[in-house]
Amino acid sequence: MVLGVLVLAQLPQLVSTYVVQLCISIYANVALATAWAFFSGTTRYISLATAAFFGIGIYALAILNAYLPLPLALTGAAVAGFLVALIVGLSTLRLRGVYFVVFTFGLTELIHQVVNWWSIKNRAVTRYIFTDASRVQIYEMLLAIALFAIAASWYVSRTRLGYALRAIGEDETVARHTGIDTTLVKVLCFAASAAVMALVGAVLTLQYPYVDASIAFNNTWSFEILIAALLGGPGRPWGPAVGAIPLVLLKDLLVGSLYFTIALGLCFVAVVYVLPGGVAPLIERWYRTFDAATLRQVLRIGRRPDSWGWPYRLKLGVKAGMARFNGLWRR
Amino acid sequence: MAIAGDSVALSIHGLDKAFGGLVAVRGLSFDVPDGAITGLIGPNGSGKTTVLNLVTGELRPDRGAVILDGRDIAGWPPFRVCRARIARTFQLVRVLPHMTVRENVMVGRMFGSAPTDPAHASMDAGALIDRVGLRGREDILGTQLTYIDQKRVELARALACRPRLLLLDEWLAGLNPTELQTGIGLIRLIRAEGIAIVMVEHVMEAIRALCDNVVVMNAGERIAAGTPESVLSDPAVMRAYLGADDAAA
Repeated sequence: MVLGVLVLAQLPQLVSTYVVQLCISIYANVALATAWAFFSGTTRYISLATAAFFGIGIYALAILNAYLPLPLALTGAAVAGFLVALIVGLSTLRLRGVYFVVFTFGLTELIHQVVNWWSIKNRAVTRYIFTDASRVQIYEMLLAIALFAIAASWYVSRTRLGYALRAIGEDETVARHTGIDTTLVKVLCFAASAAVMALVGAVLTLQYPYVDASIAFNNTWSFEILIAALLGGPGRPWGPAVGAIPLVLLKDLLVGSLYFTIALGLCFVAVVYVLPGGVAPLIERWYRTFDAATLRQVLRIGRRPDSWGWPYRLKLGVKAGMARFNGLWRR
Repeated sequence: MAIAGDSVALSIHGLDKAFGGLVAVRGLSFDVPDGAITGLIGPNGSGKTTVLNLVTGELRPDRGAVILDGRDIAGWPPFRVCRARIARTFQLVRVLPHMTVRENVMVGRMFGSAPTDPAHASMDAGALIDRVGLRGREDILGTQLTYIDQKRVELARALACRPRLLLLDEWLAGLNPTELQTGIGLIRLIRAEGIAIVMVEHVMEAIRALCDNVVVMNAGERIAAGTPESVLSDPAVMRAYLGADDAAA
C-alpha cells in the first residue's frame, strides 16, 4: 500500500499532462464522495449541499488568497466550510428524510444567489485568482486530501464515533436512548465533512484564473458526488472511491456531449434497482471467496502430477471458490 | 403511599402531559422502589407509554417532576437520562437492523452510563448476549432475527447501558407460553442483581408472577396502587378494564 502511494505521488513525473489532469479530477471526486459518505452514508441524512460547501471553499480561497500565503488561505477555506456547516447543522439537523434533502438543495441555491447578488452589487461578477501553484502541486495536494479522507473515514469507522454515526443512521431514537448525544455527533461530523469539501473546492480552483458563482455553486456537483458514493457503496470507507473513479473516467470519455448526463442517469437507476448497497459489498464478497482455505486447496492441487496442467488446477480452484461463494449465500 | 421499601429509585410528582386537547397524563405521582419490580398497567390509551416517554426524555412534561437521586430530570434529553442510568426498551421492538447482534449490544455498552471503547464493549457484549440466550447468534444482523430474539437484543442493549432503573414497555407481549416463562425468569434475574424495573404490561400472568407493586392508570390518571393482589381485586380497576356494567355484574 505504501508503495502504491509512493508510485501515485511520483506519477506526474512519468505521465502526460493529460493523465495528470485526469488524476486531479479523480482525486477531487474521490475526496468529495468519501467526505459525503462519511456523514450522509452512515447517518443516512442525504445531503445535496456538497456544491454549497465546495463553492464556499472556492470563494473563501479567492478572497483569502489576496491577503494570506497559500497554506493559510487553504486552511481558511476549510475553516469557512466547517463553520457554515456548523451553523446550518445546528439549525436544520432536526429535519429528517426528504425535508433534509430538500433543505440542503435549497441551501445551495440560496448561497449561490446571495453570492451572485453580492457580486453584481459590487460590480465583480468574476473573481480573479493569482497563484503560483503548479499543476504538480495541485495534484499532490488533492492526492493527499483524498488519501486523508479515506484513511480518516476508515479510522473513524472503527471508533465509538463511527458506531454512533451508524446507530444514528439505523435508528436515531434508539441512538438517543442508548446515551448518544446525537445532535453533537451529527453537527460535528457534518461540519468535518463540509471542511473537506471546501478544501477540495479551494485546491481545485487554484488551476483556474477566475471563478464566478455559477461555477462555484453548480448543483451538478452535489448529484454527481451522490451518485458516485451510492455506486461505490456508502457503507464502506473505501466504497465511494470505487464509485468515483469510473464515473470520472466516463465523464472524461463522453466530455462535452449529452451522453454523460444520460449515462449518469442510467447509473443512478442501476444503483437503485440492481445494487442498492453499491459495488463495495460485491467486491468484498469476491475477495472473501479467495480466502486462505481456497488458497490452500489450490496449492494442494498444485502438488499433483504436472500432467494435470494449469487448466485443471484453475478449474478446481474456481470450483472451490464457487463452493465458498454459495456457502456465503446460504449463510 | 402504598409502596413498600424505604429507598426510592425514581419518584414521579404531579406529571402532566397533553397533546393539543388530548390529556395523556394528568397529575400522576408514584415512587419506584429500589431493586423491585413496579408494574404500570391500565387499559389501552391510558397513558402508560407516555409516562415512559416522559421519564426517558422522549417527551417533555407540561408540569411535574421526575426525581432521580434528588435531581429533577424532567425534560432532560434522552441521552442524558440514559447516562443517568435509566435504560429502556420500546413497545414496538427496535433493533438496529443492519448491525449484528453483537454491534447492537456494543452500542449500549459504548455510550450508556459507563462508556467504553469498542474492544471492551465487544467483550462485555458477549457476556450479555449469553445472558439473554442469544449465544451463537452474535454475528447475525438485527433484521434477520425472529421477534423474540429481537426482543432479547433490545433487552441486552438496555442492560449494556448499565442501568440502575430499567423501563420495559410490553417486553413480554407477543411471546408464546414457553417464551413467556423464559422471559419471566430473565426479568427475575435482572431484579436479583439489584436493578429496579418499571414494566408496562398487559400479560396478567407476568404481572402476578413478577411485580412487587402495581400502579394502575386510566385516562391518564392513577386510579389504584399497591400489591398485585390488592390492586387486581379493586372495584375501580375492574371498572376501568371491564366497564361499569360488567364490573357490577
